[in-house]
Amino acid sequence: MTGLVPMTGLVFWAELGIKMAVAAAAVPAIGMVIGYAEMKLSAHMQSRVGPYFAGGRYGWAQLIADGVKFIQKEDIIPAEADRPVFKWAPALVMLGTMALLVVIPLHPSRYGMVRDLDVGIFYALAVSSVSTIGVLMAGWSSANKYSMIGGLRAAGQLIAYELPLVLATVGVVIQAGTMSMQGIVQAQVAQSWPFMLTQFVGLAIFMTAALAELTRLPFDMPIAESELVMGYVTEYSGFRFLFFFLAEFANMFSMSAIAVTLFLGGYGFWGIPTDTLLSPLIVFAKVGILVFIMIWLRWTLPRFREDQLQTLAWKWLIPISIVNIIVTAVLKVVV
Amino acid sequence: MTFSDWLAEPVNWAFLALALPMTVAAVRVVTSRNVVHAALFLVLTLAASAGLFILLSAEFVAWVLVLVYIGAVIVLFLFGIMITRAPIGRETDLSHAGRWPAALASLAVLALTLWLITAVSGQVEGFDGPLPAVGVATDSAILGEGFIMRYLIPFEAVGFILLAALIGGITLARKDLTPAEEEEAERV
Repeated sequence: MTGLVPMTGLVFWAELGIKMAVAAAAVPAIGMVIGYAEMKLSAHMQSRVGPYFAGGRYGWAQLIADGVKFIQKEDIIPAEADRPVFKWAPALVMLGTMALLVVIPLHPSRYGMVRDLDVGIFYALAVSSVSTIGVLMAGWSSANKYSMIGGLRAAGQLIAYELPLVLATVGVVIQAGTMSMQGIVQAQVAQSWPFMLTQFVGLAIFMTAALAELTRLPFDMPIAESELVMGYVTEYSGFRFLFFFLAEFANMFSMSAIAVTLFLGGYGFWGIPTDTLLSPLIVFAKVGILVFIMIWLRWTLPRFREDQLQTLAWKWLIPISIVNIIVTAVLKVVV
Repeated sequence: MTFSDWLAEPVNWAFLALALPMTVAAVRVVTSRNVVHAALFLVLTLAASAGLFILLSAEFVAWVLVLVYIGAVIVLFLFGIMITRAPIGRETDLSHAGRWPAALASLAVLALTLWLITAVSGQVEGFDGPLPAVGVATDSAILGEGFIMRYLIPFEAVGFILLAALIGGITLARKDLTPAEEEEAERV
């Protein structure tokens, strides 16, 4: 029986600690940047100014002030709530979020991502589904009908859109011939055009399903303010609310980063060598474009109805993505 | 191999760290006084078994377990429980009358499994051989080839049986209404 060799070395533990610290620090950092962008962009789209005073100019410190405010707040747990489940639900949502950040490639070297798994994209899809349990836990344990309905809506929605999300990536995996995130980027760099050109159907389905998985407009029925107060987050306040809040923005980043890796060529860009320090900036720029589109859609489109949401997933997105897989597989063999 | 030899292997510490919580959670699944708690303990059990698969270098199987069981099956469980009835707090009518025969049956299954493993060990080629190195995942290309080439027909057969079971489940659970009853239901 061979031992778990790397586990005994101090280097292994030091490396693991650094990686975990980076992943843990990335979530609030990303959350603040995207949260600020959302505030400012939504304000300008509605002819408002948005955050203005915090930090002196442009309200850049607004999210830091918000964070400090959330941490200071009292940790309120409803009297009728199921305490352990209520307390652990935000942690589980955060777990799915942090685990997703691990496989995003920023640079071709081994320091460019936390871990290049052989089943990279499959891992990403698997861990992102863990958050659903957290959402259901939050909805049930709050002992509140709004929370409960929000949780149920979220679960129904996440089940429906997980399928197109997974199926949309299959075309890319067939074309690249690998599930490793680095491998997919390298395949696109090698052929010098992104998979977006051949897998545009996959990209459209992936981004639609990602919006639904993030429960953002036009798919935000689980937290529809006008119907459900705030859905499954209604009873949360202070630090635990902050977890849901940050997880949403960090998930926007990771979903966009996965889309960038799969469809937009990751850190590859024409004429720029991939092994420079520009690589992470290229990824962030591409992610920025996708995140901007998400914010733009949120402040442009009205909310779908629940039945329209389910119809879109089951009757349109899933059949189209299966056809996409068949066509890709046939072309892969023929061409 | 003595117990101290066994403990000297770091991989066995990882095994213990996964297997002990897993056993506790598995027992709590059936002893829990709240049906949602039971489902959540099942999540813990499945997560730990995914960890055990990773220890066995079967990374793909581990993530299939997470995606399919935790991400879909348990979510459907919770969804089903919550959409029907899911009171917070202890429930009194959860214990099944046949729990002692059930416990006996599961102990018998455990004994049978243990006996089988000890009986075949040494007789099957490669059973006592070296395990693959921990932390090195099985190449998914090998898995894919085995799946599509060698085990394609067993896979299709299992899929067919599952489909039949699903249709059977619907037929058994669904009660078709007579025309008179349908009218009644519409009026309500």
